[in-house]
Amino acid sequence: MSTVTGASAADQTPGPDGRRPLQADQASTGRVGDRLFGGAATVSGVLVIVLVSLIAIFLIVQAVPALMDNSANFFTSRVWAPGGDQPAFGILEFLWTTVTASTIAMALSVPVGVAVALFLTQYAPSWMRRPAAGLVDLLAAVPSIVYGLWGLIAFAPVFKPVQSFIQDKLGWFPLFAPTGISGGTICFIGVVLAIMVLPIVTALSREVFDQTPTAHKEGALALGATQWEMIRTAVLPFGRPGVISASMLALGRALGETIAVTFLVSALADGNPWSWSLFNGGETFASKIANNASEFSNPNKTGAYIAAGLVLFVLTFVVNSIARVVIERRKAFTE
Amino acid sequence: MAKRIDVTDLNVYYGSFKAVEGVSMTVEPRSVTAFIGPSGCGKSTFLRTLNRMHEVIPGGRVEGKVMLDDQDLYASSMDPVTVRRTVGMVFQRPNPFPTMSIYDNVAAGLRLNGVKNKKTLDGIVEQSLKGANLWTEVKDRLSKPGAGLSGGQQQRLCIARAIAVQPQVLLMDEPCSALDPISTLAIEDLVNELKNDFTIVIVTHNMQQAARVSDRTAFFNLKATGEPGRLVEIDDTTRIFNNPTEQATEDYISGRFG
Repeated sequence: MSTVTGASAADQTPGPDGRRPLQADQASTGRVGDRLFGGAATVSGVLVIVLVSLIAIFLIVQAVPALMDNSANFFTSRVWAPGGDQPAFGILEFLWTTVTASTIAMALSVPVGVAVALFLTQYAPSWMRRPAAGLVDLLAAVPSIVYGLWGLIAFAPVFKPVQSFIQDKLGWFPLFAPTGISGGTICFIGVVLAIMVLPIVTALSREVFDQTPTAHKEGALALGATQWEMIRTAVLPFGRPGVISASMLALGRALGETIAVTFLVSALADGNPWSWSLFNGGETFASKIANNASEFSNPNKTGAYIAAGLVLFVLTFVVNSIARVVIERRKAFTE
Repeated sequence: MAKRIDVTDLNVYYGSFKAVEGVSMTVEPRSVTAFIGPSGCGKSTFLRTLNRMHEVIPGGRVEGKVMLDDQDLYASSMDPVTVRRTVGMVFQRPNPFPTMSIYDNVAAGLRLNGVKNKKTLDGIVEQSLKGANLWTEVKDRLSKPGAGLSGGQQQRLCIARAIAVQPQVLLMDEPCSALDPISTLAIEDLVNELKNDFTIVIVTHNMQQAARVSDRTAFFNLKATGEPGRLVEIDDTTRIFNNPTEQATEDYISGRFG
């Protein structure tokens, strides 16, 4: 789990009398307790930055020599033949599979997760709210191997006719073109990932929606808002930064999910033709690395996989930065 | 556009708890009626029944009748959403929508009513902010967040937001209790102007305020601890404060309890 935006609704809730929340250590008094906790918090904060930097440095240092020896274009090649005298490897296919599968996962899980969270906080009868919220939290904690097993044994047979149906009816569209692969297609992986991250999106969104101040909700209702209009005027804008954070956390998990995906993917044979189809097979970064961990026989070969890992690292970093910018842009309106 | 409120034998319940019992009163159009009484006597609860905001609290329900001119607010065909568009409300703590600009806060109710025309919106927003005595202070920063204003300005923004939808009645639930004396004075002046156009009902803990702003005053009290709140009497403000009919009112306003 590599991503959080670091923003939460609580950051933006004003203090008493509309004052801004205390920032930095304005409240520190210089007494032992303050210095102790202030110091501990600072060390922890610095530690995170140092750790992330060290991981980045490790990835870069290990990847660069392999990349220097690479005879293929790292970003646009689909060949994966690291090691040997003439190593050639490119990540295009993994990038495509990873990004499309995660996009499908997000497109399905975010709207549904937000809807479930709204149901649990705004519509559900009160006897149901707590138990249901507990269940969602529990689901969020289910290990991914369970989702992998379930996907393979229970869900794949159910999803197969759906896939064939879409390929039959919409096959003329390049994204839905038939490929002959029936098991772990990108689309199938995306759907399993969506189900896997849905509880994360739901649990965190529920948490922020639940904190919407009654005053804002009543303000909207007193203007003659219907319940849905109240949700749109008061609950959703208040929960927005939280939903974005939740989505980023979920996306981080989807992008990097290894075991469930490794379990389910249909790896493509070398030299297969390129297809835009979501019903093609393909490896994600994580599954490719996991599937080949036993082959890390020489530094150059290992370096190729680490370079792939580096791309994944940068990808999550970029996505998080974008989310951060989106949240910051509207910050004046949340204080 | 102001209407008369006629309440007959109203009981308010939260679940099985009876909060207010047997209230009957008439609120005249284009006047200010103040509700006073000790904490927990049900005056805010009763106020909320006048635009059905008590229904927002789980288990909230009423028995009895509330008429707005000839409309029965609790008729089965009456939608609470319609009631709240006719009877506006201002709350104890200023509650502008934090994610919206000053302009959008005032326009929020209009947008809910489906007004989209930019010119119409501009016009009503300006008129409402002027009506709330806030226009000159904010006209140059309409696109700035509403939550960036001072407490008193925020409350006037909330009043502008409430009057923008042109309600018949404006309910104010202790609108000054979170404000300093200067801002309070500004709101009281505003109430005086607003009563030319609206029927105003104001709950207040401040008896001087009731004496300053209202034409009629209603005194609420509990029969005893644990009993529901009830209306002790309602009369012209001068009479309530100088020569009330009930001994309980006399005791309360002279500071003998509460």
